[in-house]
Amino acid sequence: MTPVLELRGIDKSFGPVQVLHDVALTVRAGEVTALVGDNGAGKSTLVKCVGGIHPIDSGEYLFEGKPVQVHSPRDAAALGIEIVYQDLALCDNLDIVQNMFLGRENKRGIVLDEDTMEEMAARTLASLSVKTVKSIRQHVSSLSGGQRQTVAIAKAVLWNSKVVILDEPTAALGVAQTAQVLELVRRLADQGLAVVLISHNMNDVFAVSDRIAALYLGRMAAQVKTSDVTHSQVVELITSGRSGDLGLTNGVPA
Amino acid sequence: MTATIEQKPEAPSITSNVRGYAERVRGGDMGALPAVLGLIVLCTVFAIMRPSFFTAVNFANLFTQGAAVTVIAMGLVFVLLLGEIDLSAGFASGVCAAVLAILLAEQGQPWYVAVLAAIATGTVIGTVLGVLVAKLGIPSFVVTLAAFLGFQGLVLVLVEGGTNISVRDETILAISNNNLSPVLSWGLLAAGVGGYAAIQLLRARKRTKRGLIADPMSLIAIRVGALAVLGGLAVYALNLERSRNAALVSLKGVPAVVPIIIVLLVIWTFVLRRTAFGRHLYAVGGNAEAARRAGINVDRMKISAFVICSSMAAIGGIIAASRASSVDPNTGGSNVLLYAVGAAVIGGTSLFGGKGRVLDAVLGGAVVAVIENGMGLMGYGSDIKFIVTGSVLLLAASVDALSRKRAAATGLR
Repeated sequence: MTPVLELRGIDKSFGPVQVLHDVALTVRAGEVTALVGDNGAGKSTLVKCVGGIHPIDSGEYLFEGKPVQVHSPRDAAALGIEIVYQDLALCDNLDIVQNMFLGRENKRGIVLDEDTMEEMAARTLASLSVKTVKSIRQHVSSLSGGQRQTVAIAKAVLWNSKVVILDEPTAALGVAQTAQVLELVRRLADQGLAVVLISHNMNDVFAVSDRIAALYLGRMAAQVKTSDVTHSQVVELITSGRSGDLGLTNGVPA
Repeated sequence: MTATIEQKPEAPSITSNVRGYAERVRGGDMGALPAVLGLIVLCTVFAIMRPSFFTAVNFANLFTQGAAVTVIAMGLVFVLLLGEIDLSAGFASGVCAAVLAILLAEQGQPWYVAVLAAIATGTVIGTVLGVLVAKLGIPSFVVTLAAFLGFQGLVLVLVEGGTNISVRDETILAISNNNLSPVLSWGLLAAGVGGYAAIQLLRARKRTKRGLIADPMSLIAIRVGALAVLGGLAVYALNLERSRNAALVSLKGVPAVVPIIIVLLVIWTFVLRRTAFGRHLYAVGGNAEAARRAGINVDRMKISAFVICSSMAAIGGIIAASRASSVDPNTGGSNVLLYAVGAAVIGGTSLFGGKGRVLDAVLGGAVVAVIENGMGLMGYGSDIKFIVTGSVLLLAASVDALSRKRAAATGLR
């Protein structure tokens, strides 16, 4: 099966600093791909390149097997790529429905079509089996951290997106809420979406991911099946870029 | 998938609505409650201290006294929604009023040309302010403080150093001085209440049909009933003969500024609540970065808010010119701006952005007008009036800040 998203040989520099060296990444539908790496390994830069916030210097960007040009967040959204950033980008003073449709409101003439938006939002949340919010007309300010994460994710999947990228969705959450969000992440993949999960937490990575992509100092150290590796192997990949015969030899992919 | 979002934890009823409201108030979201309570307390106090406060003449006066400030405050709500401020709105209204007076008195233009020119002047002023704030990134406080001084000078230039220009055009004078006939007044009320009821009922029926939660009939009945009773009392009082010598000249009916304010209120409420533009204003005020990422042009929203604010200030200036029958260097000056900002904030619009309604400006404007009027009747001079109004503004801002703190603590905002 053709991967939904495939990157080959991506280079990216900011001035004299080269942040990404010849990075390859494959993301498949129906799978959770965990993107791991130490601070400064280039995870955020890679994600921003995928999302069209940073243009890539060189390399191939394939979407559903076809080469595409992504120059802006709008291009990425048009392809069906949605990114949920760590700060979630929700408006506290708006309710759940208003946030989910922000910037893409349904209208009849010049009037907002609130009823249709409410129905669509309710359907999306129901399809994600979200049961923790009391009313979808609640202001986001009254939601817990986990609920906010849920709303942000629901906002991303509302648009028939194909790839959802989550930037450390559980970083600020408690135990129970983390479990809820991870369950939701798994469900997204089971519904056929391609999910990229950026995380520092090995427990989360092993709990939900199908594949692990480890970045080390701007290079893709290895992309492996989660079932083929152990906890400590992944930690080694993150911290030294290699683990046994996996990973980089002399700084170059094996 | 059979799981559904738990949308209906309880059947919507009056009790659940009242409970929801009480929860919001306790959580710090007071909305218009302080303004309404303040209005009741102030009216009671003044009515006891000065029986002349509670007369039909004075009631009608309140509307014409408060109209200009209320309209300027309505415009300010848009700027405050974004967390910005426009300190120049008062003198902007003065500049626009001067443009109106010059065109009428010195150029002999018809009233509609003068009115359009005044509003266009406001639009230009708003565009300049908005561009300076949004594109250059100067804090709005500084831009409009500079404009506050600059426009004060500009009014002096326009009215040529301190003389005043009389406004004699009958249409303009009618705005603040004429009344609707009693029959028309009742008709206006009937249309207003009927229209409000129709909108509420239609929305409830449409939502029920689609299986969404609708406001219960009883709540709609209470809202419409309250509007009908309050409006009915007001129209009844305003339809009483106010003239001291009714045989010579009759003075009764709803002041002509009232329908103007109602129309502005309905239009801007529609824009804020029912259009994408309004939704985006709230979004920018709530979280500008989130709005930007959602593809909203934040700069354009800021410029639009300043344009609306200054254009509304122009309308306020026209009303002020009509009331004074003239424009002088002090039109829109002294306490007008303070009163307008006070009106918006007292009504419940937040100085921190993201929260506010156009109705707030009307309720707050009523409070300001009652204070101004009542203190005048008590015989206090400008000294005490300034101190009291300043204190009320500070009090309103404190309520705003405290309710924000409380909301942050309870997680409701």
